[in-house]
Parts: sequence; C-alpha cells; structure tokens
Amino acid sequence: MESTEKIKKSRLGNRVSPMTNIGINALFIMASVVCIAPILLIVAISFTDEKELLVNGYHFLPQKFSVKAYDYVITAGDTIWRAYGISIVVTLVGTLLSLLIICLYAYPLSRQSFRYKNFFAFFAYFTMIFGGGLVPWYMVYTQLVPIKNTIWIMIVPYLMNAWYMMIMRTFFRTTVHESIIESAKIDGAGEFRTFFVIVLPLCRAGLATIGLFCTLGYWNDWWLPLVFVTDNKLYNIQYLMYQTLNSIQYLASGSAQFSESSKVIADMPSEGARMAIAVISIGPIIFAYPFFQKYFVKGLTIGAVKG
Amino acid sequence: MLLINNYIPMIGVVIAFKRYRFHGSFLSSIFKSEWVGFGNFDFFFKTPYAFQITRNTILYNLVFIILGLVVPVAFAILLNEITNKWMTKIYQSVMFLPYFLSWIIVSYLAYSFFSIESGFINKVVITSLGLDPIKWYFEPKYWPFILTFFQLWKYTGYNIVVYLAAISGIDSEYYEAAEIDGATKWNQIWSITVPLLKPLMIILTLLAVGRIFNADFGLFYNVPRNSGQLYSVTDVIDTYVYRALRNTNNISMAAAAGTYQAIVGCVTVFTANYVVRKIDSDKALF
Repeated sequence: MESTEKIKKSRLGNRVSPMTNIGINALFIMASVVCIAPILLIVAISFTDEKELLVNGYHFLPQKFSVKAYDYVITAGDTIWRAYGISIVVTLVGTLLSLLIICLYAYPLSRQSFRYKNFFAFFAYFTMIFGGGLVPWYMVYTQLVPIKNTIWIMIVPYLMNAWYMMIMRTFFRTTVHESIIESAKIDGAGEFRTFFVIVLPLCRAGLATIGLFCTLGYWNDWWLPLVFVTDNKLYNIQYLMYQTLNSIQYLASGSAQFSESSKVIADMPSEGARMAIAVISIGPIIFAYPFFQKYFVKGLTIGAVKG
Repeated sequence: MLLINNYIPMIGVVIAFKRYRFHGSFLSSIFKSEWVGFGNFDFFFKTPYAFQITRNTILYNLVFIILGLVVPVAFAILLNEITNKWMTKIYQSVMFLPYFLSWIIVSYLAYSFFSIESGFINKVVITSLGLDPIKWYFEPKYWPFILTFFQLWKYTGYNIVVYLAAISGIDSEYYEAAEIDGATKWNQIWSITVPLLKPLMIILTLLAVGRIFNADFGLFYNVPRNSGQLYSVTDVIDTYVYRALRNTNNISMAAAAGTYQAIVGCVTVFTANYVVRKIDSDKALF
C-alpha cells in the first residue's frame, strides 16, 4: 500500500509544470478544432436555408435555420434510400463472409501442428508485396469472373485481406493455447466443433476488431463502384455522393417524381441536400464510434506485435 | 486433425487464388493479343506524364512519410504528458475521428471550404479580408498544401493512437529512475521516450518507404475533384492508370504504367524489408 502511494506521489511530482500543461492543452484544443471543424461546417450547411447558401455561401453558423434539405432527402430521395440500402446489405454480407474466410484461413496458420503453414502464410503475404496492377484486376472482374454490375462486385474483391488475416492469426495464437485444443480433442470434439464452439468464442475480441475493420472498409468503399458499377440502381451511398458532388441533378434524375418537371429541380435545396446526404452517411459511423475506437486501439496494438 | 488442417486451408487457397488472379489473368484474349515486347513501356516513358506522375507520387509520399512520422510522434509524446487524463481521451477521440471518414466525405469537406462560388474561404475569409476570390479548383499552386493538409488531417489521429500505445508500454520505472537522477522532463523525453520509440518509428517509416510508389487514390482523385487543370500537381501513378483505363480507354498504356508501378514498388518493398531485417529481424515482413 505504502509503496504504491509513493509511486503515485513520485508520478505526480514527475509531471509537467502547470504552464506547460496549459500550453499543451491549448495546442490540442487547436488540433481538435481543426479536426472537427470541417465536419461541423457540412453539418451547418445541411441545416442552412438554400437561398442563404446561394447568396452568402457556407458559414459555420446557419443564418437562417432550415431542415428543408433533410425533408427533401427523406421524402424525395428514392435514389438515396436505395443507395443507403445497398450500402447496408453490402456491409453486412461482406463483413460476415469476410470474417468467416479470414478466420478459416488464419486458424490453421496459428496452429503449430499444421505442416504447410509457412507455405500458406507466404501465399498470403505475397499479395501484400506484389500485385498485377489495376488493369489485369479489372479484366478478371469484367471477363473471367463476370460480376461487374452485380452487387457481388462490391463484396468479393475485399473478402480476403492478408493483413487482417495476419492480425487474426496473432489473435488465435496468443489467446488460444494448444492445450485447450488438446483437451477439446480428448473430450471428443472434432476439428470443426473445436473451431466453432471453443476457439471462435474465445477470440471474440479479435473477431470484433477485424469485423469492425471490415465494416468500415465496406461502408466507406467507393472505389469498387467507381471502377465497376455503371448501373445506377447499384450505386452505394459513397458512390452516390461522389456522383452528387459532380452534379446535383443526378439526385433528381433517379426519381421519377422529379425528373418530369425541371422547375422542381430548380427549387430543390441542392447544396443543402448534398451536405445532408453526407451527414446521413457519416451517421452510422458516429453512432458506432465508441465501439470502433475501443477495438481499433486494441487491434492496432496487437497488429503491431507481429507473431 | 487432418480434416481441419488440410480442408480449411483449401478453402483459403481458393480465396487466395482469387487474389492471385489479380496478378495476371488467364484470359485467352491476353494470349491472343499481339506481342509488342517493351513497346508499351517505351511509349509510356516517352510521354511527359511518366516523369510527372512519378515525381508527384514520390515527392508527395516523401512529404507524407516525414510529416507522418514527426507530427504524430510529437503529438503522442505531448498527449501523454497532459495531466488530465480525461482531456487526453477526448483529444485522442476527436483527432481519431477523421480516420473513419471516406475520401468522398473528405472531398465534401474540402469542397465546402474551397468551392469557388460559395466555399467558406472564398465567401467568408477572403471577402472579409477584402481580397479577390480564388479559383481553387483551377490553380495548381495551392494544391500541394491542400493535399498534404488533408492527408495529415485524416491519418494523424490514427498514427497518434499507434504511438501512444507504444508509449504506454514503456516501463514507468525508467522515468522514476531518471527523475531521481535529476533529469528534466525534456531530458526524459529525449533520452527515454524517443529512443524507446525508435524501433517502431523505423519500422513504420520503412514500411511506408516500401510503398512509396503507391499513392492514395482517394486523396489524389477525389479531393481535387479530378480537375484537369490541377493534373500537373495532383496526378499520381494510380490516378493516371485509372484514367488511362476508364476514360481514355488506353488499356495497353494503363497496363504498362501499372506494371511499372508494381515492379518498382515490389523492388522498394524488398529493399525496405532488407533494411528492416538488418535493424530488427523480428519485425521484418518476411
């Protein structure tokens, strides 16, 4: 008891002076403001009246508050909700499949008794070092595996990731001791049963980490639709935003109600609606942010300790 | 035992093969097309773009590597010194946030500041200073700074978390001993924290050096909104290849540039890995 008291005291003494502390805090408040300000700006724009935006430009404080942009997005945005749905489906299916495949690959590599583990480990590493480039990759998905313009194109290319696989392998290796597997075997559990009933539940933290990495990857993906998707029914939310930034008319063109009358388009809260979509797409991330943060930090720390 | 050890990897092999096919497809059309040897490469390297995109890629990455090392390490050390741990948590959370946003969102953020008609800078800052509005998306001279800013903005928080984790792993006894010997905070940082972080700094930097030929497509394509007037400072190998493939449909040229990138990139990775192995063989990638 006494010694911990002492250590606490000495740590207390070993702190920076109050002035320096204030200085550092000031620096970080500035840095934090720089980090958050752009996000606040688009939130502010999304709540500003459209005419105000056209006349006075983008401000941090809406001079004339308005929820018309959200109103528009919610009531008229068939295109937007469809894209949102696609993003959700792709993220859910992609994350689950991806987790399954990564774990199935990583688990044997984590076992000492697996004879070919070095070969398969190299097999995965090699993809991190060398790639054929965009063109052959593009050709594979347009000609050899013709899934261009299907929903699968936004899922399949990201299913396997060598880096996540390595992190998962380290997870298996450090959390599941060989002796646990041995005892399961003695109790008569087959390999599959051991894997699904004993090993996976033990590695829940690892699954959460990799799962969140995958979720983030799928949710934020715009690259696959940019390269492969030309069918506008399949646009995900990120790619829809990409299109919208280039031309706001795009939003209206997808919705039959609006494409008929150009006057309605002119009345559309275009600038605000654009930013409202951006805010709506960030929504889930902010919502899941505490989880993200918790497991990302964990994952990063483990990923750094390569086994 | 045999079942899981051989069967499950087999599923993995199928997946890995999928990735491997990225390296070169087995399509007959490829074999049937005319053999031109290094003709495409020759053609590619004779264009002014070859130099321009290589220069841009390498210079930007060099700047990113240096700033991506110095800024997060300095911030992590300072963050660790803040007396109020609650504040540390808040700063860390806020600065980590940009990492979770896609480049599309970042391009929206950039647009809200730099939009020529109604952007925050043109409408508010410049007007209040009484200057003429700047046509941001047509003026190359600003973009090296803008791109560097957004790169830092997006990744600094992430790197701080990595370094902070390493700092918290340092045994506090070192600091206590140093304090007893009368070392100031400044001494402690330079003689304990920095040397102990050095291995991690070296590894991360070398890994980044290994990828120096690979540019972040999202940054260079989305943030400048693919504006043609800016190509002289924003075009990198990745964006060039993409445009050659999708817009100008010059497949041979795109393939040549892509292969050039893959091979040179592979060489730099091997070199970087060789250096890593020399320093600390445990941390080498292979």
